[in-house]
Amino acid sequence: MKKFMRVALVFTLVLSMALAGCGGDANNGSAESDTIKIGLNYELSGGVATYGQSSVDGIKLAIEEINAAGGVLGKQVELVEVDNKSDAAEVVSVATKLMSQDGVVAVIGPATSGNFKAEEPIATQYGIPVLSGSATADDVTVGKDGVKDYVFRLCFSDSFQGTAMATYAKDKLAATKAVIVKDSSSDYAAGLAENFRATFEKNGGEIVAEEAYAQNDKDFNAILTKIKKESYDVIFLPGYYQEAGLIIKQARDLGITAPVLGADGFDSPKLTDLAGTAALNDVYYSNHYSSLDEDPAVTAFIEAFKAKFDRDPDAFNALGYDCGKFIVDAITRAGEANPEKIKEALAATEDFAGVTGSFSMDENHNPVKSIVVIKLTDGVQSSSEKVGL
Amino acid sequence: MQQIVNGISLGSIYALIALGYTMVYGIIKLINFAHGDIYMIGAYIGYAAITFAHLGFFPAMVISMIACGLLGVITEKVAYKPLRNASRIAVLITAIGVSLLMEYVMMFFVSPDVRSYPAVLNNKVFHIGNVIVNTQQIYIIVTAIVLMVVLQFIVHKTKVGKAMRAVSIDKDAAELMGIKVDQTISYTFAIGSAMAGAAGVLVGLYYNSIDPLMGIMPGLKAFVAAVFGGIGIIPGAMLGGLSIGVIETMVSGYGSSLFKDAVVFAILILILILKPAGILGKNTREKV
Repeated sequence: MKKFMRVALVFTLVLSMALAGCGGDANNGSAESDTIKIGLNYELSGGVATYGQSSVDGIKLAIEEINAAGGVLGKQVELVEVDNKSDAAEVVSVATKLMSQDGVVAVIGPATSGNFKAEEPIATQYGIPVLSGSATADDVTVGKDGVKDYVFRLCFSDSFQGTAMATYAKDKLAATKAVIVKDSSSDYAAGLAENFRATFEKNGGEIVAEEAYAQNDKDFNAILTKIKKESYDVIFLPGYYQEAGLIIKQARDLGITAPVLGADGFDSPKLTDLAGTAALNDVYYSNHYSSLDEDPAVTAFIEAFKAKFDRDPDAFNALGYDCGKFIVDAITRAGEANPEKIKEALAATEDFAGVTGSFSMDENHNPVKSIVVIKLTDGVQSSSEKVGL
Repeated sequence: MQQIVNGISLGSIYALIALGYTMVYGIIKLINFAHGDIYMIGAYIGYAAITFAHLGFFPAMVISMIACGLLGVITEKVAYKPLRNASRIAVLITAIGVSLLMEYVMMFFVSPDVRSYPAVLNNKVFHIGNVIVNTQQIYIIVTAIVLMVVLQFIVHKTKVGKAMRAVSIDKDAAELMGIKVDQTISYTFAIGSAMAGAAGVLVGLYYNSIDPLMGIMPGLKAFVAAVFGGIGIIPGAMLGGLSIGVIETMVSGYGSSLFKDAVVFAILILILILKPAGILGKNTREKV
């Protein structure tokens, strides 16, 4: 009897898998309906839920504005929102549902590189373009066999941030010697450190020391005391706010006054809490967007966002907003709500103007856009500068 | 020299936590793995006292010590006492269970996010020669020394301390002599846990960052410190804590910070092979 149950179970599993696979032909049905459906596959719960929720808020604002202005191609845009629980396996299952059952013409999300990569095979299988606002890992859009046809992103890549910060250190801070203190537990920090080093050395600079720490470390006094003896102009600190905040605090306590440079991992109010406002002087980090930007498109976005959500938008909100506008722009240029044509329109983008900067898509489906370098003085953003390629 | 100062401040924390390990081990031969989590809860209690009740550093630390002491006693009564006569491995597994329970219950209530401690000490920086010492480091070292002196006094000059030493040498004989064994064990848990609570508040202030899993690593390292100095021996815990702190800092400072944890645990292995009783351990050792 037990054996029979087991066989029955396996049989049911196989059958359900086969059925799930068969659903593939049922899409593209949206052409006849009176709305255009766009899927949102985001981390609404789980470990990186704040990234997903912030992105979705931005996307909703963009789509609301578009629908209020009459929609696209004479139709309203309908968002189909699913929660991937910050889990790569769940990403695949909800992406399959969106593409096979809900008849979406494009999917926005997930927010993180790992989850976004998990979605790629499904997108290719169903021929639905997918777009992420915040997946910055270098290999998201390009695989071993070249560019991934259906995968697009709207943010710059990690290697670009490292390069841009090295250029910034050289040009704006007149730095010739730098120290790198990197998070050894993340690919993100390793990529940043590598590109910073390469560019900084190419520009004639010298990396006098490179130190590493592990995630969740709390005491950095030993490595900071060690680098204090060296002579250098800037410290490059690729990593996330949780450790970066503590490092900056301990460095300033030890009397290290050199400018500290970082990347978008610094972008969190927690950085200020952990480091304290007194320590956050002469701190520069690259980001996708700054609320200090005086571009009329940006100020209009900030106002609209505040009116709807009653708070200042962060970078994820801004990237989400751009994702919404960008997809609809591509549908308009495609002339019809057909996934294949939308994909071609996305790839052929020239000079799309968004709140996170205007860009064109390069041949690797990466936007060519400027980066924003934010300077912190006493813990608040005191200036922001756009740095080009 | 600066690295020594860094190492001693870190080591003082380990020493405070190691005291609790060593006292509990000395008296009931239990490695209380939940000890690191009591330290974590101590940090949160201090956080609550400072943030919500607007208390200063000393009142917050005292409240945290009292609360952790109580928590230690409750843990002992609920989780360990029913297993007093069970095999030691059963109690050890219970201790690991209690540890995980505390971590995830705290995570449920306070969320897994990192929190930053409110600044209640104005942090001044002193230059002594070319060594930089800040107020927080001084507080940590002074508090640790004061608490250790108090502990030595309790263990050697009071009736409770005498009872503790008696129970640790021979529980049955102590009971025959009219010592209330259960009560003495409770006192031990209370004092050890209070030390951990104090360490929690000090760490919160020093590093300005607390989270529900912050107790795991320091807990393990304090355990290494206790073994290093000789488990069951109070001065050994202090010596072990300070040594581990300084060694860890030296490894980061002159080698690579990525090896520091590996070195600490390699020391544990070496000690267990070469001198299982620890540096201060003797054959006829006096335990808590």
